[in-house]
Amino acid sequence: MGALATNTVERTLDQDRFDYLLHLGDNALVLGQRMSEWVGHAPALELEMAVSNLALDLIGEAQLWLDLAGRIEGEGRDADRLANFRDALDFRNLLIVEQPNGDWAFTVARHYLFSLQHLAVVERLSESRDEEIADIARKVRPEIAYHVKFARSWIERLGDGTEESHARLQRAIDRLWRFTGEMFAPDAIEERLADEGIAPDLRTLEADWRAEVEQVFEASGGLDIPEVKRMTLGGREGHHSEHLGHLLCELQFLQRAYPGLEW
Amino acid sequence: MSNENWQLYEIFIRSAKGLSHRHVGSVHAADPEMAIEAARDIYTRRNEGVSIWAVPSSAITASDPDAAEELFEPAKSKIYRHPTFYEIPEGVENM
Amino acid sequence: MYTTDLRSAEEKRKAARAKVVEDPEKLAEFQARIDRDEFIEPKDWMPEAYRRTLIRQISQHAHSEIVGMLPEGNWITRAPTFRRKLILLAKVQDEAGHGLYLYSAAETLGVARDELVDQLHEGKAKYSTIFNYPTLTWADIGAIGWLVDGAAITNQIPLCRCSYGPYARAMQRICKEESFHQRQGYEAMAALMRGSKEQRRMAQDAMNRWWWPALMMFGPPDSVSIHSAQSMKWKIKRYSNDELRQRFIDATVPQAHAIGLEVPDPELKFNEETGHWETGPIDWDEFWAVVAGDGPCNYDRMDARRSAHDEGAWVREAAAAHAAKRAGTRAA
Repeated sequence: MGALATNTVERTLDQDRFDYLLHLGDNALVLGQRMSEWVGHAPALELEMAVSNLALDLIGEAQLWLDLAGRIEGEGRDADRLANFRDALDFRNLLIVEQPNGDWAFTVARHYLFSLQHLAVVERLSESRDEEIADIARKVRPEIAYHVKFARSWIERLGDGTEESHARLQRAIDRLWRFTGEMFAPDAIEERLADEGIAPDLRTLEADWRAEVEQVFEASGGLDIPEVKRMTLGGREGHHSEHLGHLLCELQFLQRAYPGLEW
Repeated sequence: MSNENWQLYEIFIRSAKGLSHRHVGSVHAADPEMAIEAARDIYTRRNEGVSIWAVPSSAITASDPDAAEELFEPAKSKIYRHPTFYEIPEGVENM
Repeated sequence: MYTTDLRSAEEKRKAARAKVVEDPEKLAEFQARIDRDEFIEPKDWMPEAYRRTLIRQISQHAHSEIVGMLPEGNWITRAPTFRRKLILLAKVQDEAGHGLYLYSAAETLGVARDELVDQLHEGKAKYSTIFNYPTLTWADIGAIGWLVDGAAITNQIPLCRCSYGPYARAMQRICKEESFHQRQGYEAMAALMRGSKEQRRMAQDAMNRWWWPALMMFGPPDSVSIHSAQSMKWKIKRYSNDELRQRFIDATVPQAHAIGLEVPDPELKFNEETGHWETGPIDWDEFWAVVAGDGPCNYDRMDARRSAHDEGAWVREAAAAHAAKRAGTRAA
């Protein structure tokens, strides 16, 4: 499935739904995995609780999307199978979510830029014509809304905190911005699903996203949006950064080392 | 030097509509919004709350335990404030 | 366990020398309150030694919860299924939460959390020795939940009736929340024992490595545990180290056997007369060496906590600076 299948002309709606659900599931899984790397190492004890909750939300969300993907595929793969036995080429997540945590500024910037898009997508999906997708979207929407609020409040604190925090945050934004274009660049699958009223038309979401980002950056000590000549794309086709392979090594280690067992 | 002037907040949780907020503990936070977020993560992760109050600990005035006698003893002798003080003729119910 | 007195004899002597002279009348009144099973609350008068004992015990307990996140946190990203990953995340999060409840209880005694955390990072405060052992395989996660949390619960249940109100309340909450910790660990071990040869090997190996350190968690034997008497009198401690250890052994040995695990003790035997399991001797030299800093992971654990703290300093400063600016704007 995935990258190969997109080249063929005839695709069923279920194949599209399957790939799209992998995209949604992989975004949540990979970001959840990243967030859980903070556990035990957060910048304040109160934040230990926060990062665990964010990770729990995302990993729980991933399981819902991937289980549904497996049911639609109908070949007996569940969320665990899909998470543990695909290689990077078949992971369909956005590049932004797989970027390593860096410092707290980088994590917060990544979380804000992605969660704001994530929330817009989930809000539209909760009105999807696909009832199963809409059900999951409605369930996770309040969690993602909290993620946006949490990340935004930290953008404000770091942007308008000390000189150092402002500089660190600006540096993170400069590095992450090249991955934001992909959040609003649908592939053929998402375009077809948008035509069917199943997925949102991503291009219609970008203006609101950008307006909020500009406003929040402005209010956060005047953070700048960098000039990026070329957005980096490729996540939906399985063309990732070097980081994803390492993340999958950890994620999949036990299942790959001892395949086919119960845990 | 650890928490760089983060304040201590006392946290009160309303466990369900219709009940009062009840003191559950404290959190450290730089601002009130963070205090609410931290309290949410720490004290309501098992669905224990529908509302949170965060009050800077420094804003709380507590009564002095050494003054407990003068503050609270006098109420003990005012038994006429309780319904059981009064005798009701037999046969009269539900008063 | 997280609460046994881990100070060396020298540290205890030093603390004893620093004794303040208390008003005997107040002391008697205080003891009478304790004897009547009254709770002592933060602003109540209390002997300085009672306050110090509590600060030491509660903060050591809190440090143990926080350091205890590390060995299990080591496996979160590698947990084999969604279910196990969510459980483990929730459990490690609980440990952070329990650390926070306990610091919060300690702060009611008039000491700042920052000060306590600094003591830990400077190596002046102790935490449970158990967390200085490594988690090598997935089975260690099962073993920690089952044995380490099992031992913790055995020790903590009596603390729910401890004489200091804030500590007792924190412990009640913690005990309630931890009830799933031991069960999930045992369930994970049982799943491995039902599994492949490799999984059973992993489980037995984890059992072999964690059994003795788990028994050490209750602290030194009563014969050398000098500090207990005063704590018993103050109702900070209600049962002796050996009593609690025996309770844990009696509960745990049949659990091990039920899933086919061997207890790594050739001298283990059931005494029909007393109805108790009797173990071989515990290696207390190992215990004291780990307390003194020579466990396999002491440096790793402290490095991890210190670097989280140090690397978080600019974040905490920034948040405080932002709050100060905002307060300034509002006041203006």
